[in-house]
Amino acid sequence: MACPTTFRFTFWKLVFAFLMAAGLYATLIRFTQGLGASTHLSDQFPWGIWISFDVLCGVMLAAGGFTLTAAVHILNIKRLDSIIRPTILTAFLGYILVCAALMYDLGKPYNIWHPLIMRNPHSVMFEVAYCVMLYTSVLALEFLPVVLERFHLEKPLQVMRAILIPLVICGVILSTLHQSSLGTLYLIVPEKLHPFWYSPLLPVFFFLSAIAVGLAMTIFESSMSSKHFGFELELPVLEELGRVLLVVLAVYAILRAEDLARRGALKLAFRPGYETYLFWVEVFLAIILPLILLAQPRIRSSPNGLYFSAVSVVLGFITNRMNVSITGFEGSTGVHYFPQWTELAVSGMIIALGFGLFGLAVKYLPIFPGEELAREQRLEPESEMAATRVAEHAGD
Amino acid sequence: VLRRRFPAAVTPAITLAITLLPHSAQAPLEKISGRCEKDGPEEYFMSKALLYDSTLCIGCKQCEQACASQNGLAYDDRIAAEQYQSAHKLTCVVTRGDKFMRRLCMNCNDPSCASVCPVGALEKTRLGPVTYDPSKCMGCRYCMVACPFSVPKYEWGKLFPKVQKCTLCPDRVAQGKQTACAEVCPTGATKFGERDQLIAEAGQRLRDHPGQYVDHIYGLAEVGGTSVLLLSAVPFETFGYRSDISPDPLPLLTYRVLSQIPDFVALGGMVLGGVWWITHRREQVALREGREANENKRGKR
Repeated sequence: MACPTTFRFTFWKLVFAFLMAAGLYATLIRFTQGLGASTHLSDQFPWGIWISFDVLCGVMLAAGGFTLTAAVHILNIKRLDSIIRPTILTAFLGYILVCAALMYDLGKPYNIWHPLIMRNPHSVMFEVAYCVMLYTSVLALEFLPVVLERFHLEKPLQVMRAILIPLVICGVILSTLHQSSLGTLYLIVPEKLHPFWYSPLLPVFFFLSAIAVGLAMTIFESSMSSKHFGFELELPVLEELGRVLLVVLAVYAILRAEDLARRGALKLAFRPGYETYLFWVEVFLAIILPLILLAQPRIRSSPNGLYFSAVSVVLGFITNRMNVSITGFEGSTGVHYFPQWTELAVSGMIIALGFGLFGLAVKYLPIFPGEELAREQRLEPESEMAATRVAEHAGD
Repeated sequence: VLRRRFPAAVTPAITLAITLLPHSAQAPLEKISGRCEKDGPEEYFMSKALLYDSTLCIGCKQCEQACASQNGLAYDDRIAAEQYQSAHKLTCVVTRGDKFMRRLCMNCNDPSCASVCPVGALEKTRLGPVTYDPSKCMGCRYCMVACPFSVPKYEWGKLFPKVQKCTLCPDRVAQGKQTACAEVCPTGATKFGERDQLIAEAGQRLRDHPGQYVDHIYGLAEVGGTSVLLLSAVPFETFGYRSDISPDPLPLLTYRVLSQIPDFVALGGMVLGGVWWITHRREQVALREGREANENKRGKR
C-alpha cells in the first residue's frame, strides 16, 4: 500500500512549494521583527485573520471529528464507520495547525503554557486554552489506532479499543464546550460588535454551525478523496449526511432569524452598507443556497449536488466567522482591517500544510481501511469506472 | 435510521440554548470581579479613585509628562501632540475647541480585561488599581478586544511586546501617595482620593453649578462603576467616551455561560453515556433475539 512513487512535478505540487516558500519567508519576518512589522494589526484591531481564519475557522472546519465520532460510536450509526478515519485525521490535523497558528499570533508564544499553572476560570480564553489542549490530546488518542494498526501493534490496539467510548464522550463534551466557547469569547463586547453578529446566543450559533460545517466538511473531504485517490464514493452515506445537514441548517436558520428579529437587527438587514452586504453573502452561502439545494432529493442524491452544497456551507460559515471577528468590529473601531501579505502567506502555508499532511497520511497509513476489500466486492459489470480506477491505483 | 436518532446530538445545543436565554440564572455579582472573588462590590467604596473635572483643566499636559516619567516612557513635543492613548502614552489630554478631556484607563471595579485574561496577568486590586504583570502575559490580546473603553494598548513594534495601560500608579497608591498625574496637576482638575468621597464631591459640584456641567458623573455607574470619575461641560461623546455603555459589569455576560460548564460536563457525560448504552443495548438485544429465534427454528426441525 505504501509504495513511494517516483517524484514528479505537478501543478498542485508547485502551488504547494510556492505557498510553503512564501509562508516560511513570512515566518522569518514574524519571528525576527515582531507583530507590528508582519501584520496590519493595531491597537484598534488587535485580532486579525490569524485568529479569524486560522483559529476560529480552523476549529470550525475540524468539527467533523466530534460530529462523526458521536454519530458512529454514541448513536451507533454503523454506516458512517467507513468515513470516520479521514474525518478524525482532518480534525487532528486541524487542531495541530490551529496550535501552530496560535504560536504566530501570540505576542509571547513562549508563554503559551502559562494557562496550565496560572488559572483564571472566569476567562473564556482560559477555557478555550484548556479545551484545545485536552481535545488535541483526545484526537491524538482517537487517531492512534490508525498508526498502531499500520505497525501491527496488537496489545496497545486492544487498550485503545477498551477506552474508546469514554474517550469519544470526552471528545464530544470538550468539542461542544470549545466550539461554543469560541462564540462565548465575543459575549463580552456587546457595544463593540455589530448587531448582525452580537447575540446572547452566540455560543449556540457557533456550536450548531460547527456541526453543520463538520458534516459539510465530511462530504467535501469524501468527494475530494474519491476524486483524488480514486476511491469509490460512499454515496448513500453522504446522502444521509446531507439530510442531517439540512435539518441542522434549518434549526440554525430558524434560531438565527428569530434572534435577529427579537433584537431588532432584522430591519438593519435591508439598509445598504458594507456590513449588510457581507451579512447577506454569509446568509446566502451558509443558509439560503444549501437549504434550497439540499431540500431537493434529486440534488441531495447526486454527488455534484452534495459537493456543491457542502462547499457553499463551508464558505458561508467561513464568511460568518470572519464577519463575527472582523467585519463586525469595523464599525465600532472605525478602522478598516485588511491583512498584510505576511498574514495571508502564513495562513496559506497552514492550509497547504493541512492538505500536504492529509495526503501523506492517506498514502502511508490505513486511513481508508477496507477500501480494497470493499471495492473488490463492489466490482460489478456496470461499474467499469471503478474497475479502471482500482487498476490504476494498484499500478502505482 | 440516522434521521430518527440524530436529534439526540442536538441535545447539547438545546441545553445550551435554554441556559443562555436572557434573564436565566443571574450569577451573583461578587463572583465576577476578575481574580478577587473575596472582595464584594462594597469593598470598592473604600477604594481609591481619580476625579477629573474637565472644567478646571487648562490643558497644560503636565499629567501626561508626569505619567510618562512615572512609567519610564519617553516624552517630547511630538508625543505631547498625539491625542490618543498608545503603548508609549498611557494618558492623553484631548482638545476639542476650547474644551479639554483626559483619556486614561478607567480602572473598572469589575474589569473586563481582568476577567478575560486567561493567565490572570491583569488584576483588580483592593485599593483600586487594575494592575498588569507582563511576566504572566502570553500576548493573546483578549483584554484589548474585551475592554469596553478600548484602553489596553500593545507594543506592536517590539519582538516580545507587553500590554500597556494606566494602572493607577499601584506602587504609589500602596504607599499612601497620590497618582503621579494628580500630584502634578496645578489646578486640581485631577484629584485623587477615596472613591466614595470623590463621588460625593462630584455630586456637590453638579448641584452647585448645574449650568456648568453635563448632569452626569461618568464612571459612577458605567460597567458597574470605575475608579476614574469624570465631569464634563460638554457631552462625553465629544471626546470619544461611549454613551451606550452598560450599567452592569460586562464580565457577567461571559460568566453566566462559563458558570454552566460544570453542570454541562456532568449532564453531557450522563446523556452521552446513556445514549450509548441505549443504542448498543438495542443492538445486543436484537442479536440475542436473532440467535434465539434461529435456535428455536433449529429446535423445531
